[in-house]
This record gives sequence, C-alpha cells and structure tokens, in this order.
Amino acid sequence: MKIYDGKYIFIGLIIFVALATFPVWFTHGRAAPAPEPKIDTPVIAKMLNKQCVLPKDEMITEHMKLLNDWRTLVVRDGKRMYVASDGKTYEMSLQNECMKCHSNKSQFCDQCHNYAGLQKDADPYCWNCHIAPKEPENKQQGEWRENGSVPAHHFSLFSGFGKESR
Amino acid sequence: METGRRTFLKIGGACALGLGALRMADAFGKTEEPKFVLNVQGLTAKRWAMAIDMKKCWEKGPQGCTECILACHTTHNVPDIGTRKEEIKWIWEAKYENVFPGQQSGMEPEAIREKPFMLLCNHCTNAPCVRVCPTQATFKRADGITMMDFHRCIGCRYCMAGCPYGARSFNFRDPRPYIKTELNPTFPTRDRGVVEKCNFCEERLTAGKIPACVEACKCKALSFGDLEDPNSDVRRALASQFSLRRKPELGTEPGVYYII
Repeated sequence: MKIYDGKYIFIGLIIFVALATFPVWFTHGRAAPAPEPKIDTPVIAKMLNKQCVLPKDEMITEHMKLLNDWRTLVVRDGKRMYVASDGKTYEMSLQNECMKCHSNKSQFCDQCHNYAGLQKDADPYCWNCHIAPKEPENKQQGEWRENGSVPAHHFSLFSGFGKESR
Repeated sequence: METGRRTFLKIGGACALGLGALRMADAFGKTEEPKFVLNVQGLTAKRWAMAIDMKKCWEKGPQGCTECILACHTTHNVPDIGTRKEEIKWIWEAKYENVFPGQQSGMEPEAIREKPFMLLCNHCTNAPCVRVCPTQATFKRADGITMMDFHRCIGCRYCMAGCPYGARSFNFRDPRPYIKTELNPTFPTRDRGVVEKCNFCEERLTAGKIPACVEACKCKALSFGDLEDPNSDVRRALASQFSLRRKPELGTEPGVYYII
C-alpha cells in the first residue's frame, strides 16, 4: 500500500499527537502537592477540645454554604449568635469569630483555595472587604498569587473592568 | 399482563403511601436543627431615631469640632478619597440652604445660615432607596434602620438617584488604600463597585452600644433612642424643643430630627 505524501502526513501526525498530549506528559509526575491546611494557631493550641462549629468533615464540604447562610442570617435577619450542637454559642462572623481561631489565613484558607485554583479577589472574594488577621511571618509557597503574576480578576480578560485599580 | 382497574388503583394507592412515608421518615429522622439566636446584650427598639441639637453643637462644642465624623469613620473604615465626586459620606457637614431647601425664610440669622449642620442617612420610614433597589441589597429592618447588605449590592446606583438627601456614596475604586484613620479590624471595608452609607451603627447596637457618633459627641448634641418610647433620649430631646426634619414634603418620614 502506498500513501501519497506519507512522509509529510506522518510527520504532521506525530507533531499533532505530541501537541495534543502535551498537557499530559508535560505535567506527568509533577502533581501539585496536596494542600495541608494547618490548625497550629495559638488559640487552637490552647483549646482542650479542638472542635469547630461543625464536625471537621462537614466543615470541609459545607463551610461555604454555612458562611453564606450566616451572612444572610446576620445581615438580613439580625440573628448573630449560633448555638452549635454541643451547646456552645458562637458569633456568626467570619472576621471576628472564625479568624479568631484560624488566625493563619495563608496557612489555612489559602491552602485549599489556591490548590483548587480559586482566584484571589475573584472566587471567594471574602477578603476584598473582610480584614484578615495579621500573620507573624509570611514564608510560604502559596503566596505566588499575591504578586499579580496571575490574572487578578477574571473580568479583566474580557472587559475594561478592574483595570484602573490593579 | 392483564391489569384490571381495581389492581391499578391498589398499586397506585400503595405507591402514593410509599412516597408519603419517605417524607415522614425524613421529617422524623432529622437531627436537631442548629439554632440561630439574637444577641442577648443587643439594644432593641421599635423605631430607632436620632435628634441632633445644632444649638448645643455650635454653642458648647469647640470651634470646628468633628469628633462625631472622626468616630464614625474610624469605626467603619470609611475612606477619604480626596475628591468631591468620589467622596464617601457616612456623616458629613453642609450649610443650612442645602440641608433645608424649601424650608427657608430667607431671613435666618447669620449664624444659622453659615454654621455647619451634621448630616447622615435619615433612615426614612418610606425610604426611596429601598423601593428602587433591584436586588434588595438595601432593605428596611423592623426597627426602622435602613440597612445595606454589601454582599448583594451590584453597584447600579439606583439608590443614589433615589435618595433625596445625598446620603449614599459609591466606591469608584478600591477604598482600602484611602482609609486614613486607623483600621478597625472588627468591621469590614468595602469593595470597589458597591454603594455605602450610614448604618445607624447597627453592629454596635447589637453589641449593646449606642452609635459611635452619639458616644463621641462631648456636648451631647446627638441623642439616640426609640422614637416609640416616650422615655427615650430622642423623645425627651424632641419633647422640649421645636424640631425640623429634612424635606418633609417628600413624605419619606426621616428618622433624624434637627433642633435649631
């Protein structure tokens, strides 16, 4: 069997396959390390019973829903206190309650949010308004997003939004 | 398979029962719901209101006193952008002719015409901003406070067009670099693209504290309280003196009263 221009076709095919599978072989064996949110803050260290408002597994999957419900309850219904199932009362406030224990935003929140590719200032945009607690030192790899090497705002690709202040 | 009407109905009934049972099991099997409660130390009222005694402010207060403004701006991380167009206003000063247009005799004493009046959101009973807000980001609370949910604001600025008192400001840019007062870490800042205004210190009331401006005024020119409670500070201040409200002809029923 003779393939006309077989030389060119096969070279083209090889280039095509190489390019199409580029993402697979280029990142092979270089998976980003799994996030390790740390809870080694002074406040948590002092707690005898290290228990958040919900069990850990529930917090991992439900915290975004919980925070969303809390803000509605606080801002719109004026209900500010949360009674957990163990009877403990918490103020429903990200800035004033959650971050009291989890005072290490870059080691806790950012760990998973960066790993999952949530953009700074875009996806969980909590911190555009809410003030994160000051952290003593900032030596960690998750900070690369902070220096603006990544599009800071997904709108900025498509429109004039977000140009003037960034 | 032959199915008579009778068997069909029987099966149908059983199915309906089965579906109902599922919901019943759901309702009974549920663990205790989390409870959300009001803060017990919080101050409550039927209608929060404020009376501003300008006479006291001018006579007893030191010349050019801006303690109330400073206290408010420090409490709420209000930025100072520096231009009039982009000014963020929670509590601010204006002259008589701009405060009470249509209520002027034209022959007011010099002092009244020239001295500054303190202005803030009037927390109107019939608030136009609430009516025009397309997302209900601005809404009326049962206690009379016209409240903003910054999370919901889409920055359309209808409320700014609707407010006859100019009490609302838009964040044309990220306000954080312009906060010149010391940052209050317990209150959020705002984001670019949202409207903001005075919230009658709703976050302080819930903690059992009176508004920051009222607390900061050394000559007690500001009184705050429940308008429906005859023994409240506002009612006592208003009972003994003649007072004005801004633009009464609009029927917005402001909750801020001025004693001149």
